[in-house]
Amino acid sequence: MKDDIAIEMRDVVKRFGEVIAVDHVSMRIRDGEFFSMLGPSGCGKTTSLRMIAGFEYPSSGEILLNGKPIGRTPAFQRNVNTVFQSYALFPHMTVAKNVAFGLEMKRVPQSEITKRVAEALDMVRLSKFADRRPRQLSGGQQQRVALARALVNHPDVLLLDEPLGALDLKLRKEMQVELKGLQERVGITFIYVTHDQEEALTMSDRIAVMNGGKVLQIGTPTEIYERPNCRFVADFIGESNFVPGKVTAVNGESATILTNVGELHGQCPAAVSVGSEAVLSVRPEKAILTSQEPAPGTPNVFPVTVERVSYIGSDTRILVRNGSDLLFNVWEQNTRSTVDRDAYWQQGESGYLSWPIENALVLTD
Amino acid sequence: MAAEPFPTATNKLSLIDKLRHNPKTGLWLLLSPGLFWLLLFFAAPLLVIVLYSFLTPGPTGNVIWQFSLGNYARLFTESLYLNAYWRSLWMGLVTTLICLVVGYPLALFIVRASPRWRGILLFLVLIPFWTNFLVRTYAWMIILNNNGLINSFLTMIGLPRVSLLNTTTAVLIGLVYGELPFMILPLYASLDRFDFTLLEAASDLGANRFKSFLRVMLPLTMPGVAAGSVLVFIPTVGQFVVSDLLGGAKVDLLGNLLQRLFTRANPPNWPLGSAMAIVFMFVLTVLVIVYFRVTTEEDR
Repeated sequence: MKDDIAIEMRDVVKRFGEVIAVDHVSMRIRDGEFFSMLGPSGCGKTTSLRMIAGFEYPSSGEILLNGKPIGRTPAFQRNVNTVFQSYALFPHMTVAKNVAFGLEMKRVPQSEITKRVAEALDMVRLSKFADRRPRQLSGGQQQRVALARALVNHPDVLLLDEPLGALDLKLRKEMQVELKGLQERVGITFIYVTHDQEEALTMSDRIAVMNGGKVLQIGTPTEIYERPNCRFVADFIGESNFVPGKVTAVNGESATILTNVGELHGQCPAAVSVGSEAVLSVRPEKAILTSQEPAPGTPNVFPVTVERVSYIGSDTRILVRNGSDLLFNVWEQNTRSTVDRDAYWQQGESGYLSWPIENALVLTD
Repeated sequence: MAAEPFPTATNKLSLIDKLRHNPKTGLWLLLSPGLFWLLLFFAAPLLVIVLYSFLTPGPTGNVIWQFSLGNYARLFTESLYLNAYWRSLWMGLVTTLICLVVGYPLALFIVRASPRWRGILLFLVLIPFWTNFLVRTYAWMIILNNNGLINSFLTMIGLPRVSLLNTTTAVLIGLVYGELPFMILPLYASLDRFDFTLLEAASDLGANRFKSFLRVMLPLTMPGVAAGSVLVFIPTVGQFVVSDLLGGAKVDLLGNLLQRLFTRANPPNWPLGSAMAIVFMFVLTVLVIVYFRVTTEEDR
C-alpha cells in the first residue's frame, strides 16, 4: 500500500574507525516510491545504501524493512536486492545463469526458474542474449542484466548504487526513462543513490539530500528545488545567486536580511533567527534583466553592467555586476529565433537587475 | 638437352638474399641459441633415456645392446614397482590436497590484508627459499626424531614419546612444508585478480558464505588452483630426498626406486630405471593435460 513505510532508518550511525560516515540519519521511504539519496562523494549515501542491503551493519540505530528490524540480519537473508555500480555480473556464467542465481539460492524448482528468467529477460529486452557471457555485452546491456538479475527475485525493495555512472550521456538519459518506466510498471520501491542532481530530479518521487554524513532535506523534486532549507541544498541543486548578510527581522514565513547592497526580503523555508548570518538566495532563471529602468515600486532593482555572456543556445547566461558587492547570474530563455546581435546582451552593456520578492529565499548554512 | 645453369655468383647471392628477405629468418636466428640449448640438454638426454629403456641390463651394471620390451614388462607386473607407483601417486595427491586446504585460506588472508602487511606476509612465505632445501629437511629430522624438539617437549610435560620419524606422516609433513609456497603463490595471484564485489553480489542474491565460495570464488580462481596443484603434484611424485631422509627405508617412493636403480643398486640397472622414468613421465603428462582441460575455461 502506498502509505506503508518500506524502509525506515532510525537515527542510524556508522563509524569506520575515527570517521563518522553516517551521522544520525533518519528517513522513512514509502512503499512503491522512487526514492533517491543525493549528495557529493563521501556524503554517506552509499554507506546508507550498503547498510540497507546488509553489506555493513550500523554502529548504532535501527533499520526496518516493512516494520521489522533487519539491521543485524546478514545480507543473504534480506529480501532486498542490489544493482551495483560495476554491475558485478558473474563472468563465468551466462546471462541466463546470472539471472537465475538468486532463484537457485532460494531452491525454486527448475521449471519455475526457467519461466521467471525468461520473463525477466523479456522485461529488459534481452531475451536473445540469454546464452551470452557478460563480457560479450555492451555496458548498457550488462546493466540491464544486472537489473533483471535483481528484479527476478521479486524483492521488497530494489537498491541501485549509481547504476548509470559508467554509461555515456545519451545512453544514460535513455536508461533514466527506462528505469523510471520499469519502476512504475513493477511497482517495487526503488532506492537510488546518485551524485547527479539532474538524474535525481528527473526520476524521483522524493529526494534525500545528504552531505557530511547527515540528511539535510527530504522532499519532492519541486520542494527540494524551490524550497531548499539551507544554503548547501540551494547550492548543490541547480544554481543560485547568494548575497550574504545578517538577519534583521523575521515575519512568519518571510525574513529581512541586511546586506552590503541594502535590506533585502525573502521567504524562509527553514526557521531563521534575528542576528544570524544568512544569505539571500535567488536562482538565475528567476531574476530579470531589463535595458530600461523598471517601473517605480518594483522591488530589488539594481543598475548593473554586463560582465560576461555565455550563449548556451536554448538560453543565455549573463553575469552582471553592481559595484563591488553584487555579482549576479541571470539566465534568459531564448524565446525568439533571431540572429540579430543587438537582440542579445553584450559585454559592457548596462541594464537593470530585479527579481520578484517571492523568488528570493533567506537561508542559513 | 638444356644446359644446366653454371653456378655463378649471381645464383649464389640469390639464396642468401632470399634468406635475408624472409621475415622468419630473423625469428629463427633469435630462437636458435635457446633451441640449441633445449636440444642439447633436454631433447638429446630424453632420447638417450628412451633408447636405454629398450636395452637389456648386464650382470655388472653395464648395458647390452639387445632391444626388448622386457623392462616395461617388469614394471607392469612386479609388485615392487606397481606399489611404488600407487604410493607415489597417492602421496602426491594427499600432499596436493593438504597444500590446497592449508594454502587457500592463507592466500586469501594475504590478499585481504592491508598493503603493508601483504608485502610482509609474502616475504615470510618466500623466506624458506633462502635456505637450502636439504638443510631444511634435516631440520625436520631434528624436530621429529625421538630426542628431537617435539619429543623433548612431550617428555617435559610428562607425556610419552611419539615415534614421528621414519613414518609416512613425517614424509607428508616434509613434503607439504616444502611445497606449500608453490601452492600459495599461484593462488595468491589468482585471488589478487578476483573481484570481491562478486561475493557481495552473491550474498545479495541469497548465497551464504559457503555457497558464495563454491559457486563464485572457487570457479573463478580455478586457474590458480590448477597451477598450484600441478606445481605441487609433479615434484612430489618424483620426490626422493624427503622420502629418504624423513621416511627412511619404510617409505619407498618412485624417486627412491629410481635413485637406487641408477646408483645404489648392486648391480645398477639403467635400462629399467630409464623405462620407469619414461612410464612415469607419460602418466604425469596425461594427468596434467586432463586436469587442465577439466579445470580451466577455454576463452573464446
